[in-house]
This record gives sequence, C-alpha cells and structure tokens, in this order.
Amino acid sequence: MKKIKYFFEDFGGYLLLMKEVFRWPQNMHIFKRKLLFEIQTLGIDSILIVFLVSVFVGAAVVIQLLINLENPIYPDWIYGYASRKTMMLEFSPTIISLILAGKCASKIASELGTQKITEQIDALEVMGVNTASYLILPKIIACMITFPLLIVMSIFISIVGGGIGALSVGTLSMSAYIDGLRLEYTNMDLIFAIVKVFVYSIIISSVASYRGYTLKGGSVEVGIQSTKAVVQSCIIIMIFDLIITNLFM
Amino acid sequence: MIKVENVSKYFGEKKVLDNINAEFEEGKCNLIIGKSGSGKTVLMKCLVSLYTPDEGYIHFDDRILRHLNKKEKVNLRKDIGMLFQGGALFDSMNIEENVMFPIRMFQRDEIKKMKSRVEFCLERVNLKGINKYYPSELSGGMQKRVAIARAIATQPKYLFCDEPNSGLDPQTSIVIDQLIKEITHEYNITTIVNTHDMNSVMEIGENINYIHQGKLWWKGNSENVLNTDNKELNDFIFCSALTKKLKQNNI
Ligand SMILES: Nc1ncnc2c1ncn2[C@@H]1O[C@H](COP(=O)(O)OP(=O)(O)OP(=O)(O)O)[C@@H](O)[C@H]1O
Ligand SMILES: [Mg+2]
Repeated sequence: MKKIKYFFEDFGGYLLLMKEVFRWPQNMHIFKRKLLFEIQTLGIDSILIVFLVSVFVGAAVVIQLLINLENPIYPDWIYGYASRKTMMLEFSPTIISLILAGKCASKIASELGTQKITEQIDALEVMGVNTASYLILPKIIACMITFPLLIVMSIFISIVGGGIGALSVGTLSMSAYIDGLRLEYTNMDLIFAIVKVFVYSIIISSVASYRGYTLKGGSVEVGIQSTKAVVQSCIIIMIFDLIITNLFM
Repeated sequence: MIKVENVSKYFGEKKVLDNINAEFEEGKCNLIIGKSGSGKTVLMKCLVSLYTPDEGYIHFDDRILRHLNKKEKVNLRKDIGMLFQGGALFDSMNIEENVMFPIRMFQRDEIKKMKSRVEFCLERVNLKGINKYYPSELSGGMQKRVAIARAIATQPKYLFCDEPNSGLDPQTSIVIDQLIKEITHEYNITTIVNTHDMNSVMEIGENINYIHQGKLWWKGNSENVLNTDNKELNDFIFCSALTKKLKQNNI
C-alpha cells in the first residue's frame, strides 16, 4: 500500500518537474552553449562504448547463428537476414539503450544530485534562474539528438561486425551474407528503431534528471539515487519496448 | 526594507521558526545572530523563498512574497544577491565564469564590460589573478570571498550573507565585514547577515536580531548589545572565559 502511494507521489512529482523543464530558455546563448556541452559529454563520449559493444555482439550473433544453424536445409541468406533483423529491431535500439542508460543516467543523476546537496541549485534559484529548465532541458535535448544517431551507427557497425564474424568462421561466403542483409529490406525497420530510441532517450534523461534534481540528503543519497536512476530507466525502457513493439508490429 | 510578519516554519512536527516579527532596514547591515541550530539559515532561506513559511508574510518594500506569481518572483530575485553558508560556487565553471554568470544570464552586456565588472568585484574581495582557477583549487576562505564577489556582481538591492566569515582568519574576516558595510552604505542596499561571530556583531551590527530556539529573543544594535540584561543573549555573548572575566570586571 505504501509502495503504491510512493509510486503515485513520484510520478506526480515527475510530471510537475517536466512541466517546469519544457519552458523556453531564459537566455538562448547560454542554453546553446550548455546544449553543445551536453552533446559532447552524453553523446560523443558514448561513441566508443557503443562501437565496441556493437562490433562484438554483431560478430557473436553471426557466429552463433552459423554454429547453431549448421544444417544444410537452411538457405545461405538466412544468416545475413536474421542478423540484420535482430540488430535493427532489438539489439541496437533496446540493448544499446540499456547500456546508454547505465552510462548516462548515472552521470546525469549524480551530477545533478551533487549540485543539489552543495546548494548550487539553490544558488541558481536565488539568482532567478529557472533551474529545472536551465539544468535539465539541455540534457534531455542532447539525448534526443545524439541517441538516435548512436543507434544508427550501432546498427551499421554491428552488421559489419557480423561480416567479420562470418569471415572468422569461414563457412559462409561474404556475398551470401550480403545477399541475406539485402533480402526484403524495408526502411520501416529503421524508422521503427529510431522511434524506439527517441522514446528511450527521453526516458533515460528525464528519469535520471528527476532522481538527481529532487534528491535530499548527502553523498550516500547521491549513490542511492543514481543507482535508482539506472535501474528505473532500464525497467521503464523494457516496459516501453513491449508496448511499442506491440503497437507497431 | 524587508519586513517579516508572524513567520513560522515547521519541518515535520518540529517548529524551527516560531512567530518571527522583524524589520530589516535599507542602507544598514541587519544582523541575525544566534547559536548554531537556532534557525538562522532557515529564516534566511525563507526570506529568499527557498523555503515557504507555513505561516506569515514577508514584505520586500511593497512586494509581498506570498502573493507573487512566478514571473514576479523571478524579477524580485534579480534584485537579490546571496552568499551561502558553504559558498555554493558552480564547480564546473572557473572563477571568472562563476562571478560573471548572474550578469551574463540576465544583463546582456558586451563581454568586455562584464569582464571589467568581474575584475572589479574580485578586486573588492582582495582576489586577483585567479580568474582561470576552478573552485576546487581554492582554499575555503577564498571560495567564500569569490561567493561574495558573485553575490555583489549584479549590484543587488537586497544582499543576504549566511555566515560570511566563518572559516576565515580574523584579519580577512574584518576585511569582509568592512566590505559588506561599505557596499551596503555605498549602494543603499538592504543587507542581512547571519553570524555568530561577536567581532562582526560589534563591527557592523547596526540592527541586531537575536534568535533563540526559533524565536526572536532580542532586538537592538551594537551599542546596547553588551549592556543587555537578557539572560540568553548574555550567555551567548559572554561564553568564553576571557569575555566573562571582562564582563565581571566591567571593562
Ligand atoms: N531541511 C531540513 N529538514 C529538517 N530540519 C531542518 C532542515 N533544515 C534545518 N533544519 C533544522 O532546523 C534547525 C535550524 O537550522 P539552521 O540551519 O537554521 O541553523 P543555523 O542557525 O543556521 O545554525 P548554524 O549556525 O550552525 O548554521 C536545526 O535544528 C535543524 O535541525
Ligand atoms: Mg546556518
């Protein structure tokens, strides 16, 4: 019973905060600078991890397919086709988003939380700054811009990784892999992936911001809340994964 | 002038401020003194509306805090400068950006003008040549002085200082006290200072409010604070062996 009450309090608080966040910035110049900074720290700094995970999982998926579907009744195109579908529909949008949640949600929550407990947010507030919008809006928009781009990159790289995997096993020719990749290709899959990531990017950045911005207490609480930010945004991503997939497919 | 009318504040069951009535005058250093934990910081945060009092009203000249809408509140806050007890410098910005921030946010000046204002403010707190340092690279007292520079950067009409000289050596303390007094008189600011440092009380106490357990216990100025017969205030002032002796011998 108490848990349900907390849930609704949290959810209400979250909605109220978002109402404050989506306001026109008080100073466009400062907003742009902050946005560029967040694009750097939340987006560009995530390229490496997205790249590594995509290459290795892409390769591993194709190797698994080749080993497990060794029977000659399967046509050669199945490997490329299956890896493309897996990567575009589920792996890149959802799994990479979970990794981004781990990286960015904890960063956002602990940064805002520390600013809160050292009274930096109070200091901004007293100056007349709309702190919710000033601190949080650039983060959310930076995630909305960069995450879809990261996911498109991840799809491409995981498919290349799959090619490398195929080469390393050696039983599948490159041309058969590429034929499989091109079979029945539709742009709908890509659009679907981008829509999903767009939703996830808002979830990750806003949930983490809420956790950090509303934090009360000391350094222990910063740790607790940034863990919560990661766990909760992951759970919400999985729920939305199910909802969006059911809606579109 | 800032007027506090019947202000009470609770945290849960605990009554931290109990029916406070006070007036803080323009062009004067108004002091709030009291023991640690007596409610000074909470009162100050109520004044700048970081906390909302559960009862009572706060008047900023003809503006009543409780009746302001969001936009009017933002406008009021542009007239406020505040020094936090812990400094509260922005740790992702260097010193120059810290002091420049409130100017840059609301007064779109040329960069050159803003920079010279920053120089001026830093010079007033005796800090020069540290523009490119980050807050974490400064000592606690230096951070405090930077925070003062930031609070006065926009030439506020109301200046709030929460323990401006805790953590400073006696010499620097006096410099800071003098600085606060000077700018208060020079620009006719309504200044409110929280302190438990008797030196500053004697130095700048033009209007003193003594808070004890969340209640306003005594009002006066630096001339009559030493001769009061209020027991709690006497205990507060004459707590050290030295001051007790001086009092006994009527020095
Ligand atoms: N956010 C809060 N939640 C609950 N209680 C609080 C909160 N802030 C302050 N208090 C309580 O209010 C009382 C007054 O605190 P306050 O910070 O105003 O003291 P102070 O007079 O500024 O002391 P100091 O000189 O040590 O800074 C304390 O007993 C404190 O426990
Ligand atoms: Mg205090």
